[in-house]
Amino acid sequence: MFDDLQKRLSGAFGRFRVRGVLTEQNIQDGLREVRTALLEADVNLNVVQDFIAKVKQRAVGEQIIKSIRPDQQIVKIVHDELVALMGETDATIRFEKTGPTILMLCGLQGSGKTTTCGKLARMLALQGRKPMLVAADLQRPAAVEQLKTLGQQLAIPVHAETGVGPVQVCQNGVAAAAKAGCDTVILDTAGRLHIDDELMEELKTIEKKVKPHHVFFVCDAMTGQDAVASAKAFNEALELDGVILTKLDGDARGGAALSIRQVTGVPIKFMGIGEKLDKLSPFDPRRIAGSILGMGDIVGLVEAA
Amino acid sequence: MASWIERLKAGLAKTAKLLDVRSWLGRTVDQSFLERLEAQLLQADVGVKATERLLQKVKEGFEGKTADEDLLAFVKAELINLLTPAGGAPEAIRYAPTPPTTLLIAGVNGSGKTTSVAKLTHRIRSEGKSLVLAACDTFRAAAADQLAVWAQRTGADLVRGQTGADPASVAHDACDRALARKADVLMVDTAGRLHTQTHLMRELEKIRNVLQRKIPNAPHEVFLVLDGTAGQNAIRQAEMFSKSIGCTGIILTKLDGTAKGGVAVAIRQTLDLPVRFIGVGEGIDDLQPFRAEEFVASLFGERLAASPN
Ligand SMILES: Nc1nc2c(ncn2[C@@H]2O[C@H](COP(=O)(O)OP(=O)(O)OP(=O)(O)O)[C@@H](O)[C@H]2O)c(=O)[nH]1
Ligand SMILES: Nc1nc2c(ncn2[C@@H]2O[C@H](COP(=O)(O)OP(=O)(O)OP(=O)(O)O)[C@@H](O)[C@H]2O)c(=O)[nH]1
Ligand SMILES: [Mg+2]
Ligand SMILES: [Mg+2]
Repeated sequence: MFDDLQKRLSGAFGRFRVRGVLTEQNIQDGLREVRTALLEADVNLNVVQDFIAKVKQRAVGEQIIKSIRPDQQIVKIVHDELVALMGETDATIRFEKTGPTILMLCGLQGSGKTTTCGKLARMLALQGRKPMLVAADLQRPAAVEQLKTLGQQLAIPVHAETGVGPVQVCQNGVAAAAKAGCDTVILDTAGRLHIDDELMEELKTIEKKVKPHHVFFVCDAMTGQDAVASAKAFNEALELDGVILTKLDGDARGGAALSIRQVTGVPIKFMGIGEKLDKLSPFDPRRIAGSILGMGDIVGLVEAA
Repeated sequence: MASWIERLKAGLAKTAKLLDVRSWLGRTVDQSFLERLEAQLLQADVGVKATERLLQKVKEGFEGKTADEDLLAFVKAELINLLTPAGGAPEAIRYAPTPPTTLLIAGVNGSGKTTSVAKLTHRIRSEGKSLVLAACDTFRAAAADQLAVWAQRTGADLVRGQTGADPASVAHDACDRALARKADVLMVDTAGRLHTQTHLMRELEKIRNVLQRKIPNAPHEVFLVLDGTAGQNAIRQAEMFSKSIGCTGIILTKLDGTAKGGVAVAIRQTLDLPVRFIGVGEGIDDLQPFRAEEFVASLFGERLAASPN
C-alpha cells in the first residue's frame, strides 16, 4: 500500500521530460503524488494543503541539479520542508533548583501514558535523578497495579492510595516525594477524551493545585486525521510543554506527529519505540520525515550531488 | 445515562458537521463541489483510494447536475455498500453448534481489547450463558489483574498464568477449564502486539493452534480490535492480523470521541472483513452491534431509527 514516494514521483515525471528548471506546470503531477503520500501517512488534510502550497513555492524556479532527476529533487525539497516543519527538538528536561520537579502525562485512552511514565522514570534515574511515580488513574481497572508493577521492575517508588480522588492523590504524591527525598515526580493520569468536559476539568484542577513544571501529551503514532483535534483541545486546556509520540516501532508513518507539531506548535520531545521500558528515544524529525515519505536514501544522494 | 444511540450520535456529532450533506443541496456538482466532498471523506479517514473511487462514481453520475436528494441517497448507498461484506454481515456472535463457542480477540497495543472482552462478556452473560475467560496477556504489567476485575464484575470464570508464562499454555488450560465446566463460551484476551512483530504474530498463531487442537472448529470467531481513531495504518493491521489468524470481524472502538472510524471503509476496500461491533465508551454497556445503515446515517447526522438494542 505504501508505495515508495520516489517510485510514484518518477512515474509522474516520466510523463513529460523536465529539463532545466521546475515550473508550476511540470511539478503538478508530482505534487499530487506527494499529497497522496502525506495523506496515506496520516498527515492531517489541512496541514497537507498548506504544506503542498509551501513546497510548490519553494520548488518552482529551482534549477534542476544536472546529476539528479527531478523526482529526486522534489523528494529532497519535500523532505527538508518536513524536517523543518517538525523542528529540531530539545529532548532535555529542565529541572527545578529547589523542590521536586513535577511532570504530568496526559492523553487519550490507551495512548501509552502509563508505560511512558515508566520509561521516563527509568531514563531520569539513569541520569542520576530520584524519581517517584504517582498513580493518579483511579478509573481504569488495575491501572494502579500496572504502575506499581512498573515501579517494582525499576526499583522506583510509586505513590498510590485508595479512598481519595485523583487530585488529592497527586497532591499527596508530591508531598510524599519531597519527604522521601525524591527530586522528580511523574504523574500518571487516566486516559480521557478531549470532549469529556468533566475529566478535562479534573486535569485542569490537578494542574492548578499541583502546578506541574512540564505537561506532556502522549499520542499514539497510529492516530489518523483526528490527531490534531485532541492535541489542540489538550493544549488549550493545559498549555502543553511537549508531545511524546508512542508506538513508532511498527510501520505507522508518523503523520500525526507532523500534524500536531504544525497545528499546536508544541514540540515533540520523545518517541516510544517499543513496549519495554528502555524503548524511549529523543524525537528524531529526520526519521519521521523519511518514514512519512516512505523513502530510502534519496536525501543523502541529493545532498552529495 | 444517555442511551447508546445518543452517545454514538454525540460522538459522531463532529462527523455530522464534517459531512454536512444538507449544505450540498442545490449546489452544482462541479470541481469545487467534488473537492469539498473529497476533503470531507479524507478527513473522516476513509483514505485516498476509497475516496477516489467514490468521487469517480459521483462524477460519472452527477457532474454538471444540481445536488439533490438523489445524490445524497447515492453517496449513502455507496458508503453502506463499502461497509457491507460480500455475504452480508452477521449481526451477533455466531455460536457454535457444540459449545464452547470460542472467541479469540487480538489487536495492536492499547486498541481496547481487554475492555471489549469485558463488554462482550457482559453481553454474553446477559444472554444467560456461562463463560470462561483466558488472560493470555502475560506480558503487560497487570494485564491479567485488569481482566480479573472485569471477570469479577461480569461473573465470568478466569484462567490466568504467571507473569511471563507462555500464553499458549494459558490458552491450553483455559480450554481444559471450559470443557470441564461445560462452559457455553470461551473467550481469549491476548496481549497487544504490532502487526510488524513477526515473533509476536507467531505467538498469536500458536494460541490459535492450541484452540484449534483442543476444541472442534475453534476459534469460531476471531475479532480484530481496531482503535476508531486510527488512520491508514489500520489497513495494514487488518491485513496482517487476518493473514496470521484469519479474522472474522472487527470491533471498532473509541467512537465516542471525535474520530470518524472512516478507516473501516478503507479496510473494506482491501479486505472482506466486516465491522461486527463498535465501542462507544469505557463502560460495560458501551458496545453495540455494528449496522452499516445506522453508522452511515449517523455520519450524515441523521436521526436513527429506534434500535432493538
Ligand atoms: N509497541 C509499542 N507499544 C507501546 C508503546 N508504548 C506503550 N505501548 C503499549 O501500548 C499499550 C497501552 O499502554 P498504556 O501505557 O497502558 O497506555 P495508557 O495511555 O496508560 O492507557 P490508559 O491508562 O488505559 O488510558 C500497552 O500494551 C503498552 O505496552 C510503544 O512505544 N510501542
Ligand atoms: N472512550 C473509549 N475508551 C475505550 C473504549 N474501549 C476501550 N477504551 C479505553 O482504552 C484504554 C485501553 O483499553 P484496553 O482494553 O486496556 O486496551 P487493550 O487493547 O487491551 O490494551 P493492551 O492489552 O495494553 O494492548 C482503556 O483506558 C479503556 O478504558 C471505547 O470504546 N471508548
Ligand atoms: Mg494508563
Ligand atoms: Mg489488554
